[in-house]
Amino acid sequence: MSLQVEMQGDVLVIAVDGPLIVGNRQELKQTVLDRVEGGVRKVVVDFAGTAYIDSSGLGVLVSLAKRLRELGGDLRLAALSDDLLTLFELTKLDALFQITASRERALEGF
Amino acid sequence: MTLPAALELRVPSDVGRIEGIVSEVVQRCRQHAFTGRQLALNVPVALTEAISNAMLRGNGDDRAKEVRVRAVVDATRLVVEVEDEGTGFDLDGCTGDPTAPDALAREDGRGLFLMRALMDEVRCERGVRTIVRLTLHRR
Repeated sequence: MSLQVEMQGDVLVIAVDGPLIVGNRQELKQTVLDRVEGGVRKVVVDFAGTAYIDSSGLGVLVSLAKRLRELGGDLRLAALSDDLLTLFELTKLDALFQITASRERALEGF
Repeated sequence: MTLPAALELRVPSDVGRIEGIVSEVVQRCRQHAFTGRQLALNVPVALTEAISNAMLRGNGDDRAKEVRVRAVVDATRLVVEVEDEGTGFDLDGCTGDPTAPDALAREDGRGLFLMRALMDEVRCERGVRTIVRLTLHRR
């Protein structure tokens, strides 16, 4: 997995390439938490290049969303494939996140 | 190049090894024309859960302990056995529902749920070692 990190205004946008799983989830978590320490409160995770996500990866997303919301911010998810969307629907985590079709849609009004 | 239908590996309990093992199994399923969803969702996610569970829970994240993965794929189904050196857990006793409203915000507890949701059958044999057997029929 590799992460592409950029700021779009005051929104941190992270593209996840490859699978987000138990062996690499900490990299995503630490990358976001470091920026949160620096004042970032809005985060978009772009899954256009993400192969699959396991329960550990889902857990990191839940954890980060919780932290950001405690601080008055939020985490949005963008560009999930149909298979990834099914994963969120199976686990009902689609109810916990704002999921948008694209990174651009996630940034609208954020 | 056609890969042998069966795969048997012994690896230390290092979660960094999981992605490569999953890739090997997915390639074999692709050769037998499993569906796109099975290749992109069912197999990789359920297998990642089974192997990480074996490494982290079964073997207690001890790299000196090994996990054995044996996968057999044919035109009808995939059967994967994941064996660790622990005494196992009671699959039937794990009935927590991570999709319940009060559990939704939990960070953990979805692994077994996903294995069951994405495979046709999940069985566990407990003894001196533990074997979790996953079965998925080609659609």
